[in-house]
Amino acid sequence: MAFYFAQFLTGLASASSLFLVAAGLSIIFGVTRIVNFAHGSLFMLGAFIAYSVSQHTSFWLAVTMAAIAVGTIGWCMERGVLRKLYAAPELFQLVATFGLVLIIQDAALWIWGPMDLLGPRAPGLEGVVRIFGEPIPEYDLFLITIGLVVLAATWWTFKRTRFGILVRAATEDPEMLQALGVKPSTLFQATFFIGAALAGLGGALELPRQPANLMMDLNIIAEVFVVVVIGGMGSIIGAFLAALLISQLNAFGILIFPEITLVAAFAAMAVVLIFKPYGLMGKLSIATPNAVEIAPPMTFGRIGSFAGVSLMIVLVALPFFAPSFVVVLLSDIFIFALFAAGLHYMMGTGGLISFGHAAFFGLGAYGAALVVKGFGVSMPMALVAAPVLAGFGAIIIGWFTIRLSGVYLAMLTLAAAQILWSTAIQWQSITGGDDGILGIWPSTWATDTTAFYYLALALCSTTICALIYLSLGQHGLLLRATRDAAPRAAALGINVKARQWLAIIIAGVSAGLAGGIFVFSKGSVFPDVLAIPNSVDALVMVLLGGLHAPVGPIIGAGVFALLEDGLSRLPYWRALLGITIVIVAIYAPNGLAGVFSKLRVLRTKST
Amino acid sequence: MTFVRTIATAMLLSVFASLANAEPIKIGEINSYTRLPAFTEPYKKGWQLALEEINASGGINGRSVEIISRDDAGKPGNAVKIAEELIRRDNVVMLTGTFFSHIGLAVSDFAKQNKVMFLASEPLTDALVWSKGNDYTFRLRPSTYMQAAMLAAEAAKTDAVKWATVAPNYAYGKDAVAAFKQVLTKLKPEVKFVDEQWPALFKIDAGVTVRALEKSKPDAIYNVTFGPDLGSFVREGTVRGLFKDRTVVSLLTGEPEYLEPLKDEAPKGWIVTGYPWYAIDTPEHNAFRKAYEARWNESLKMGSMVGYNMMLSVAAVLKEAKSTDTNALIAAMKGLTHDTPMEPITYRDADHQATMGSWVGKTDVIDGKGQMTNWRFIDGASVLPSPEDAKAMRPKG
Repeated sequence: MAFYFAQFLTGLASASSLFLVAAGLSIIFGVTRIVNFAHGSLFMLGAFIAYSVSQHTSFWLAVTMAAIAVGTIGWCMERGVLRKLYAAPELFQLVATFGLVLIIQDAALWIWGPMDLLGPRAPGLEGVVRIFGEPIPEYDLFLITIGLVVLAATWWTFKRTRFGILVRAATEDPEMLQALGVKPSTLFQATFFIGAALAGLGGALELPRQPANLMMDLNIIAEVFVVVVIGGMGSIIGAFLAALLISQLNAFGILIFPEITLVAAFAAMAVVLIFKPYGLMGKLSIATPNAVEIAPPMTFGRIGSFAGVSLMIVLVALPFFAPSFVVVLLSDIFIFALFAAGLHYMMGTGGLISFGHAAFFGLGAYGAALVVKGFGVSMPMALVAAPVLAGFGAIIIGWFTIRLSGVYLAMLTLAAAQILWSTAIQWQSITGGDDGILGIWPSTWATDTTAFYYLALALCSTTICALIYLSLGQHGLLLRATRDAAPRAAALGINVKARQWLAIIIAGVSAGLAGGIFVFSKGSVFPDVLAIPNSVDALVMVLLGGLHAPVGPIIGAGVFALLEDGLSRLPYWRALLGITIVIVAIYAPNGLAGVFSKLRVLRTKST
Repeated sequence: MTFVRTIATAMLLSVFASLANAEPIKIGEINSYTRLPAFTEPYKKGWQLALEEINASGGINGRSVEIISRDDAGKPGNAVKIAEELIRRDNVVMLTGTFFSHIGLAVSDFAKQNKVMFLASEPLTDALVWSKGNDYTFRLRPSTYMQAAMLAAEAAKTDAVKWATVAPNYAYGKDAVAAFKQVLTKLKPEVKFVDEQWPALFKIDAGVTVRALEKSKPDAIYNVTFGPDLGSFVREGTVRGLFKDRTVVSLLTGEPEYLEPLKDEAPKGWIVTGYPWYAIDTPEHNAFRKAYEARWNESLKMGSMVGYNMMLSVAAVLKEAKSTDTNALIAAMKGLTHDTPMEPITYRDADHQATMGSWVGKTDVIDGKGQMTNWRFIDGASVLPSPEDAKAMRPKG
């Protein structure tokens, strides 16, 4: 009994440190509706800053200063980047904050260097207390206290103080508040400061438990997302309950199934979401979601068709004179373009934002690899299995996600991708875990790079054309109606949910096919294909190309691949990529296709 | 159209590039520079030092050597993509590098499919040269089996019977536990393994892991965690008294990249493999140490040694083969012997594993720093299975 009580306290201490970070994220989301991917980076900065300061002064002062410094960094982030994106669709905010993740990662590497930095222990709390004979670190008890204090303080601030009331008012109706003479932007800044400071505090307090290292950011953010989704986005109490649930599940799960600690958290999330789609304490916000700018129907036109046909001719002729590495690079670009095209279809035409498109790509990739390894089928059969499996996945994931909309739907897609990712990592007997599945090479007739190029070109271009045809045709128009005016569309007899579900399935099937081809081009598959960065890559490609242009994903995939290819040979290339992403999100919201058409409009006007 | 133009430009550039750089021998190098810089940065400095020395002394067979080094960001998918670019675009004659075991295996599979030689410098998994070995892949560092066997021999000398293990949940961790169990059980059949913990790589929840280990009340613990996981594990374990009166045997923990960050909290009395560079006093090592410290103005790490030896192996095989043809390189690599700042090493014909050894000793804290004491060097050849046994473990054909 004593052992289990002690285990409970250990779990409680972990819950506390998780809660600090999740509370910050939840507060920021509640007020600004921004899903801050860089929140994990703020946590990491907290640990690093506390380390540096603690080398010169006491640990406690270092913790305080780290929290203030990280709060200030958060405040700068809000002023410099995110403020420009409040009116933009959620996609831009997420992608921009991911750009910040990349920038902060390289900045931390540059400032603190590559070594792990083991900070000091908390002075006065180095020992253990015996509770029922079990040793409990004093620092754990301290963490538990801090968690409860922060819970009480934030709850009190938001419920009882004038500041809190104003912040809640700003969340519900910023325009009305402005009309009453309160500047919401000041409130938003203050919120960002508090949220970031909590992340910094969480990071600094983590220092006695783990060395400050460059992997803290992405490690914590996935966990924190789980917490805020389970708890209900924007709810502090919810975040606390969810942090408690996850940590206890881990503390006791590890005793029974030491190998599947990751899956447990995500499985718990799935169970909660079946019964409570908005999380334990979450509710649908009455504030209107960020209006997606109503774009005119997409057109292709004669110039488009001409450009498309010419591009195809060039691509078909290319292997005859291009060196083999260009052929390989282009095959990759075709796969990415198809991956992005499916997302573009559900997001651009359907307005259904997905933060977890990698789920379908990964299902296709693992599906193809597994039928080859398990049943020894040939490549063509595997390329049929990939989209079929991804399609089934999309039916299930779609059923869950279309119950919600906007950023909630997006977080649910992210959750689905994370469940698959953790399964791929921990279901080792089937998926090989982190070691992946190797040796999935194409059939002999397609091993040659040129043959594979034509295969990829044929499959990808056909599917992309089909997607463009669907967007421009009747199905696309009906889907657009559900995006721009769902109640009216429903009144006209359109089954809104069914249309959206179908859109997700179509997107899933095409991403699955892309995943299948991808496996054979690389000869292997790893859990990375299901991870958050892969989903973000798809978003970045769509964003780069342009959300409302039919050729957006093609341009986006091409430019992204070339950008990554060009940058990844430079030192600090992740920061450069991050800066590019932030700039595009802020200054070119219609992507490169938007820039081109703007130029064209300008030219026609001047002549 | 910009897109097509960019492609055309890229193509033209590459044509010029290949004309201009016909001279040096190009080697492709892939590593997790941004994912585990603690090891890979010193590694890079090691091979850069050797490369400069080689080129300063006239290169290989009259040609200079060029390393094209790329970062895989710790993702096997990236590594395969980069490997493809290196052989197709940069026309490298062979591949080398990689740190994480699963990435090493992925590149090895790629090398086999594309018929290019791959010298895996760091990944430790046994599968690389045994169960998934192939003709094209060679490995420099002492494998998990070799290091686990060194530790198991020490572990068998202790009184401990009940063992618990903790290892990261991927190829390296699994191999390291399996090898240790195999060798220790053979040496001391009465041992029992009472608990296994498998935290996800670099995601350890140290507090609960420590408590789970404690619950099984083992006599001894075998640890395979490294990097940031190790720091958390040591702290949480120390404060909870997990290591008190227990034997701890720990893989790689004596390597400065993992021991130094722990400072005065470094565990005492753990039996580890590692690299006591501060105490090794041989002419070869002293020369290496002096050159490295003069070049980089910092102290040696295990990675420095591995990087340096990797480059020496590359130079030796190029010299021996007198050609950059893959088949000639493979033929030259089999049985290749060359000097290193440690003992000379040989790449075994039977399983393509180098006989590089390691140091085994006990950890202690000296002047506020974690160091190895009572160490001795163990030759890699002495802990490897016989060539016949090794060959039998490799896939046929």
